[in-house]
Amino acid sequence: MLLAGCHGALLHPAGPIGMAERSIIYTATGLMLVVVAPVIVLVVLIAWRYRASNTKARYEPEWSHSTRIEVVMWTIPVIIVSILGVIAWRSSHQLDPFRRIPSPDRPIHVEAVALNWKWLFIYPDLHIASVNEVAMPVGVPVVFHITSATVMNSFFIPRLGSQIYAMANMQTADNLVASRTGTFRGISANFSGAGFSGMTFKAVSMTPADFKQWVAKVAASSQHLHAAQFVALDKPSENVPVTYYSHVMPNLFEQILAGKFRSGHLLARAAAPARGSK
Amino acid sequence: MFGKLTLSAIPFNVPIVMGAVAFMVLCVLAVLATVTYLGKWKYLWTEWLTSVDHKKIGIMYMILAFVMLLRGFADAIMMRTQQALSFGSNMGYLPPEHFDQVFSAHGTIMIFFMAMPFIIGLMNCILPLQIGARDVAFPLLNNFSFWLTAAGAVLVNVSLAIGNFSRAGWLAYPPLSELHFSPGVGVDYYIWALQISGIGTTLTGVNFIATILKMRAPGMNMTRMPVFVWASLCASVLIVVAFPILTVTLGLLTMDRYLGMHFFTNSHGGDPMMYVNLIWIWGHPEVYILILPLFGVFSEIVPTFSGKPLFGYTSMVYATMAIAVLSMLVWLHHFFTMGAGPAVNAFYGITTMIIAVPTGVKIFNWIFTMYRGRVRFDTPMLWTLGFLITFTIGGMSGVLLAEPPADFVLHNSLFLIAHFHNVIIGGVVFGVFAGVSYWFPKITGFRLHEGLGKLAFWFWFVGFYVAFMPLYALGLMGATRRMDHYNVAAWHPLFIIAAVGAGIIALGIGTQVLQLVVTFIQREKLRDTTGDPWNGRTLEWSLPSPAPAYNFARIPIVRERDAYWDMKKRGVDLKGSTFVPIHMPRNKATGFIMAGCMFVTGFALIWHIWWLVIAGFAATVATLIRHAFDDDRDYHIGADEVRKSEALYDRVKAGSV
Amino acid sequence: MSNETLVMHNGAAALKPGYADHAADALRDLRQSGDAVDFQVEHHHDVASTIQLGFWIYLMSDCLLFSGLFATYAVLHGHTAGGPSGAQLFDLPNVLTETMFLLFSSFTCGLATLAMNANNRNATVGWLGVTFLLGAGFVTMEVREFAHLVAIGAGPSHSAFLSSFFTLVATHGLHVTCGLIFMVVMMVAVMRKGLTETNRARLNCLSLFWHFLDIIWVGVFSLVYLFGVAH
Repeated sequence: MLLAGCHGALLHPAGPIGMAERSIIYTATGLMLVVVAPVIVLVVLIAWRYRASNTKARYEPEWSHSTRIEVVMWTIPVIIVSILGVIAWRSSHQLDPFRRIPSPDRPIHVEAVALNWKWLFIYPDLHIASVNEVAMPVGVPVVFHITSATVMNSFFIPRLGSQIYAMANMQTADNLVASRTGTFRGISANFSGAGFSGMTFKAVSMTPADFKQWVAKVAASSQHLHAAQFVALDKPSENVPVTYYSHVMPNLFEQILAGKFRSGHLLARAAAPARGSK
Repeated sequence: MFGKLTLSAIPFNVPIVMGAVAFMVLCVLAVLATVTYLGKWKYLWTEWLTSVDHKKIGIMYMILAFVMLLRGFADAIMMRTQQALSFGSNMGYLPPEHFDQVFSAHGTIMIFFMAMPFIIGLMNCILPLQIGARDVAFPLLNNFSFWLTAAGAVLVNVSLAIGNFSRAGWLAYPPLSELHFSPGVGVDYYIWALQISGIGTTLTGVNFIATILKMRAPGMNMTRMPVFVWASLCASVLIVVAFPILTVTLGLLTMDRYLGMHFFTNSHGGDPMMYVNLIWIWGHPEVYILILPLFGVFSEIVPTFSGKPLFGYTSMVYATMAIAVLSMLVWLHHFFTMGAGPAVNAFYGITTMIIAVPTGVKIFNWIFTMYRGRVRFDTPMLWTLGFLITFTIGGMSGVLLAEPPADFVLHNSLFLIAHFHNVIIGGVVFGVFAGVSYWFPKITGFRLHEGLGKLAFWFWFVGFYVAFMPLYALGLMGATRRMDHYNVAAWHPLFIIAAVGAGIIALGIGTQVLQLVVTFIQREKLRDTTGDPWNGRTLEWSLPSPAPAYNFARIPIVRERDAYWDMKKRGVDLKGSTFVPIHMPRNKATGFIMAGCMFVTGFALIWHIWWLVIAGFAATVATLIRHAFDDDRDYHIGADEVRKSEALYDRVKAGSV
Repeated sequence: MSNETLVMHNGAAALKPGYADHAADALRDLRQSGDAVDFQVEHHHDVASTIQLGFWIYLMSDCLLFSGLFATYAVLHGHTAGGPSGAQLFDLPNVLTETMFLLFSSFTCGLATLAMNANNRNATVGWLGVTFLLGAGFVTMEVREFAHLVAIGAGPSHSAFLSSFFTLVATHGLHVTCGLIFMVVMMVAVMRKGLTETNRARLNCLSLFWHFLDIIWVGVFSLVYLFGVAH
């Protein structure tokens, strides 16, 4: 399978953001295991050692307080949580999805729009767009400007790291970079209705030369994306194949953001007299 | 005449649904037929449905909860089988319209109509007995609260047969839940079921705070209250603080859907992010409303089965209060990925982690209660040990999710699903079963069958790990929640294992049903004649099992924390000679009728049957006003009657009956 | 032994309103009963004070409900979606009159409570009647204000700001309406049964409720109308 390489997506990141997030998962889990593993062992050991049938074990039916033990049992979690808290504070700032990734290369800007049920990617500087496929040159930071023309979605390429919500009338951003070439699975990570499961896209990291070719291929597409085509695209559809658009109307993203295309059409599937139980 | 309601609202063409409906109707008919055959209608009405006795209301809550557990679990089985099948070219057997209802109903039912009624049921059955009271502060209000919860539960089940349920997830995030994207009646069923039962829950919170503050036996000052009472007090305060926010949130969504307003719409200045904030301002405290009373349950069980007082009572109480306060300061961790900014995210991440401190302290307290004790491994203790191990793991994954950058990749994944089932099954569900098996003799008069109880525990314990450990792995493999279909081959085996786990849990539930049946058959053998089958420490064990209607013929005066243990130690004679008439509240139909009218109003609102809305609402108000002029509210149980029943209990205890 | 009990109860008295009576009852029972001091034969709970406490707790939950609505209004008051803002819509003199109605009704409600405490049934009912009229005047003015806004095309479905304005103010108005129904019921009850213990407890709840709504209105008046006009 094309995407077979990504078994443990989060544990095999393909970019520095994902790597940093994985290392936080490892560090935090390790730190917590310092307490959690002994606690679990202690539960089993103490319950067994002091089982009723073991009359050799010491029994102190009135003992219920020890300042020393209490100090220790408040202190240990406080120490662990303090360390985790420092990590949370620092990493939240370092890995803020809105934060630009420092790089000698000029970043690529991509405008990502969540539609029912597909992703539209607009390259504003290149005046091209694609549906359900986003390409990027390896090693070059990508700035995703994200919104939704419909319900709330979440833009997420697991192997590259950080997801962020896509919401109508609002713009969020996700700064990602791929450190190796490959095709990665992209999804919406927030339930958005009947076609949600098929709302996946391909994120392709390629050599600069391949990227140039890809851009040329898209630019050669016979399909254009102006207001009328966008309105057609905006209609609900599922498992949409990759589509390229060569000429994209200027400020399409800004107009979507401003709600210019907010149509009145209801979701075809949701509106159908679909029946069912729970 | 019938608003949007037509015959086509009944899904005749969907065999799975019609099968479920037929089964449901058959069950209801079977119950009705049995009651009629036994000629028990009058008994049922006067002794149960209209009862203001907290013990009977508690039992009704738990019956409701158990039935809804079966219903919610059926949903779980459907989801697990769908995801085990629906890979590649196989689309499974549930289309998205159906699958989306299944997971929405599963979450809604399990939280609102399984976990909450179980907890409130346990509080009802036990709390007044533990504080030496004869009932709760407002007995009739208590009955009304129960029927509101039941009305909500019935609405959810009606949606199976008439119309459909919400497809917008258990928290119905807008704009998906707005009329524009969800034009059917599903979300309306969700809204009104929750709104009606939510009012009941708020009233329960008010009732229990007043009960705990006002109804304690003399001498039981706050620092002598059992930890279960403390935990229930904190949970009740959280209910009163949080549930009004749920009422507001759902109310605003209702305004959007019914009156075309724009609170959470995509247009006209609506702000869906506000809904997400509001619902979690209720939702996070709700998590602790669920778990705190069960922390209390474990704090009763561990000392009893270790033959020692609870280690670090004061720590435990402070930890409970700390958790209650902190639980209101963490809601944003449910949506770090909304983009609130690093400082805000970090703040809520850190407050979340801080909750791990008092929670960790509690775990240590329970461990050190066992230390140097004499631990008996009866069923309640098995559930408790299962909890200690499982909940610790769930807590660990929770703290991991509180690191905002970790959440950026784990949010909404199956890792998250595994996490909250790890704490809710490992904490809440295990806690409920621990509490039920612990107090079953006190509530019904006989113990549960021990062997089947232990078997059920092992099915649940093993089943949980088999069902949810694969979900942790799937989350790390990038699998997100709520998928009805996927194309990644590597996920498929794990989904199959998870389905097997759900099957093992199903065996556990089956064993529990069997346990109830066997217990009923062997009830004479399992009868608890002592009133104190576990060598208990708190006041409820000083009473006969089940406790008489008036609970305490004479109110105990409390001198120590473990009041009954202290009495046993001092050799206090429980038999008395002086009895006086006992003042009791009278059973009333008001609660049942009002909740019934509100159910009708809710149903009419869902289907836009406006005349029925007005009629139902007017009937509700009229019933309330009529009740205000009803002076026949109480009666006395005569001193002789009390003397007689107490003498009988004494003889039962002595083994002469 | 009973000294010990006494100390214990006095210690608790500070914590629990009404507990001192309760403790005295307990001690009296102890002396009268032949049993040991480990039990108390008769147990008294101050029903009225329990009801009052319960009602207070309910009011706190209601207060949180309003806090949710206030917060929503605070977030959305600028979201006019190109429509009118508060400054363009609010008629301050009208609202001031409304406010006066409610403030005076709180005063007359207080007079009703004083009359009740003086065991004057007719005066109690009379002041409740005046309170009712003032409250009904308030509701009428509010309904007229709403009708006017809808008529000029500034209804609740026009913008998020108007949605939040109508919902907040109407929720308060609905509470006042419930209070009016409560008041009628209480007037009838007092006329029929007099100032019984039950009726007194309920009248106390009614007056708490009414003053509470007054306080909420002060919030509405300041945060919605005054700030709305100022901005």
